[in-house]
Amino acid sequence: MSKKINLNLRIWRQKDKNTPGKFEVYQTRGVDTDMSFLEMLDVLNEKLTKEGKEPIAFDHDCREGICGTCGAVVNGQPHGPQRGTTLCQLHMRNFKDGETLVVEPWRAKGFPINKDLSVNRSALDRIITSGGFISVKTGQAPDAHALPVPKENADTAMDAAQCIGCGACVAACPNGSAMLFVGAKVSHLNSLPHGAPEKKTRVLNMVTQMDKEGFGNCSNTYECEAACPKEISVVHIARMNKDYRQANLF
Amino acid sequence: MLDSKIPSGALKDKWTSHKFNNKLVNPANRRKYKIIVVGTGLAGASAAASLGEMGYHVESFFFQDSPRRAHSIAAQGGINAAKNYPNDGDSVRRLFYDTIKGGDFRSREANVYRLAEVSNNIIDQCVAQGVPFAREYSGYLDNRSFGGAQVSRTFYARGQTGQQLLLGAYQALMKEVGKENVKLHPRTEMLDLVVVDGVARGIVIRDLITGKIESHAADAVVLATGGYGNVFYLSTNAKGSNVTATWRAHKKGAFFANPCYTQIHPTCIPVHGEYQSKLTLMSESLRNDGRVWVPKKEKDPRPAHEIPEDERDYFLERKYPAFGNLVPRDIASRNAKEQCDAGRGVGDTGMAVYLDLKDSIARLGENIIKERYGNLLDMYAKITGEDPYKTPMMIYPAVHYTMGGLWVDYNLMSNLPGLFVVGEANFSDHGSNRLGASALMQGLGDGYFVLPYTIANFLAQIKPNAKEIINRPEFKQAENEVSEKIKKILSIKGKTTVDEFHRKLGHLLWEKCGMARNEAGLKEALKLIPELRDQFWSDVCVLGSGEDFNQALERAGRVADFLEFGELLCLDALERQESCGGHFREEYQTPEGEALRRDDLYSYVAAWQFNGVGQAPSLHKEELKFEEVHLAQRSYK
Repeated sequence: MSKKINLNLRIWRQKDKNTPGKFEVYQTRGVDTDMSFLEMLDVLNEKLTKEGKEPIAFDHDCREGICGTCGAVVNGQPHGPQRGTTLCQLHMRNFKDGETLVVEPWRAKGFPINKDLSVNRSALDRIITSGGFISVKTGQAPDAHALPVPKENADTAMDAAQCIGCGACVAACPNGSAMLFVGAKVSHLNSLPHGAPEKKTRVLNMVTQMDKEGFGNCSNTYECEAACPKEISVVHIARMNKDYRQANLF
Repeated sequence: MLDSKIPSGALKDKWTSHKFNNKLVNPANRRKYKIIVVGTGLAGASAAASLGEMGYHVESFFFQDSPRRAHSIAAQGGINAAKNYPNDGDSVRRLFYDTIKGGDFRSREANVYRLAEVSNNIIDQCVAQGVPFAREYSGYLDNRSFGGAQVSRTFYARGQTGQQLLLGAYQALMKEVGKENVKLHPRTEMLDLVVVDGVARGIVIRDLITGKIESHAADAVVLATGGYGNVFYLSTNAKGSNVTATWRAHKKGAFFANPCYTQIHPTCIPVHGEYQSKLTLMSESLRNDGRVWVPKKEKDPRPAHEIPEDERDYFLERKYPAFGNLVPRDIASRNAKEQCDAGRGVGDTGMAVYLDLKDSIARLGENIIKERYGNLLDMYAKITGEDPYKTPMMIYPAVHYTMGGLWVDYNLMSNLPGLFVVGEANFSDHGSNRLGASALMQGLGDGYFVLPYTIANFLAQIKPNAKEIINRPEFKQAENEVSEKIKKILSIKGKTTVDEFHRKLGHLLWEKCGMARNEAGLKEALKLIPELRDQFWSDVCVLGSGEDFNQALERAGRVADFLEFGELLCLDALERQESCGGHFREEYQTPEGEALRRDDLYSYVAAWQFNGVGQAPSLHKEELKFEEVHLAQRSYK
């Protein structure tokens, strides 16, 4: 059954990437525990608008945990305390009456701030552009059954391909590393026979681009896996490292 | 009468001969032609990637921060194709027939046949791109069943098929970005179409971060901007999905076709509170293994597990034994509403029916069900706080997809030369009701395999001159109009928020123009919508400036368009005095309560021409001719 709770919010406000930001404090009363976290922010924004104060900017779109647009750090945890959950799917029943919540944007060198809780994640797109694809042109494909794929490989590829590109892994990492994001894409495409011809160039180019974008390295803290809303395993980082080593050696 | 430019010849030869008869652009000349593509969902991304590969100069515009976030990403269940891998009697002709029948005989035969023809190429293309479709232990692709079909022709990637197909198209697009064949413009919103001498020649956009307004010219403009389901406020669409691009093109002369064909999806998580921002879909594929029921007794207070088998009504299985729980969406939705209206609905609000996995779990085991629907059931548990493996899920219909859209001919070109419309944004292939797993097929079919041929035929007949045309005064004039509108919204400084207006409009449309419609209700809506629109323009409250990232301002522009579009939606529903597919007029039903089509009077596409806000639009008709299929009342019994 739903309940009403009161919360103390400390939310990061920042006009744009060149202006320093700070925390603002907001009290919210009567938050329905069936609300999602973003619906709670909607209600706060409506209230702010009525008071003549500019609402809080935050990115969001599908609100069903798949588009990867939303995200904020809640009490130090990207996407909040519930495992395997995006911010839009996090419901207020996970919080207690009277609790204080500190809400911040993703903080990483690779993600400059647009405004308030919204960041620029185009670095992730540039990493995909460097090699996160199979170079088949429209019309070139043979029959789908021309090349059977062992179920095991297809399942591994799917486990990795679930990544929604939200950037929580980067925000969670003490080094601001994008290894889980890159590892997931390398692992997805390199597990499939269709991805084999470009296996080496893919991993080399994507890692080079990742470094160029200012993302840090991996030091095995596994914070990325803990924060990932799709619970993508760090095994994919290991797989990428193996492919990277092989690509450099042979 | 509108000319749909359907090629002559036998149905099965039309597309083949049309491709041969189309003019081509020499590979060396293609880079001289500039094409603007707005939107990066399945249709937009696949079109931009394919056109880039062919060598055209492509520029892609989208309001999200990355092309991968377009709402196609949220499609769950699957994509249809006539591969007949399960050897159960499928064929191009059967997919064509099922789609025409599913659309309640309100779509063009030639378009639908072409869609069925290219469906197999889509699967081939996606597999080659690395889309990880579900496979059997043999290494070959698995299929499942969807509503409106008696064969298993749906390919899927767990419950995330749309995501995987979109990522395939996105990756193909990013590959072309790396080769500099495509340029991306993230976080830009198209706010006007520029028409020069009757031809679509460019767009006006707003940079959503800096607020800058600018024009872009091209030799052709492709709109792939999705549907208008968010006019109802609560829908399964993403919060950003809107009608602005297509509506503003309509205001510049493009005809809007069949806006009253809206699809209400039967299996969504029911509404739970006033603050609710959107509705969440539970894939139709769940109806493969879930049984829909309500208690036989009205207002039965007992929890589901205390209601014995013989006191449950599996109403879909009872009424439609041949298709059972897998009847098409419009029929499943209407039946759920009928049960709830009769007082047999369940849950706190009485506006829900059960979708019960119990029998399938007993037959197959929890693991198999988890493998098939795990992510959907997790999502259900997160939203509702209930465990769907233990208690039956509660579902209710919600607005999901819109079959109507900008009118296009067989070449996917609107009545404005140079303006092409693909995917959900056009009206073309689904008639008055779309079958499950057909949206992904149409989006990718349009983008990968239809548009690249038909746009070439258009371009081959014109001289490229985007660099010169940008100097025409029409561009500056459109920029000024866009800026003025933004200034006007910011100057009102009223008391009502944008979302409050949007909610009111949505509620009004859901009540008067939702799952069931009637003359009195539609007439009332047509009186109330203009009043609400006037209130908006005198009392909306949008703070901040137009020169920075201002999300309330973005929404205000979209809601202003919905307030105009909603009127056309109701008018079209009023004019169509018959029931078909997603358009159910209470006055026109069979004695059993099924939709009653009036083929002698309404076997046409209604394409509306804009004549000014608050002015009656003009109706143009495209007659639907059926040469291959026999028109019949749909029967799923």
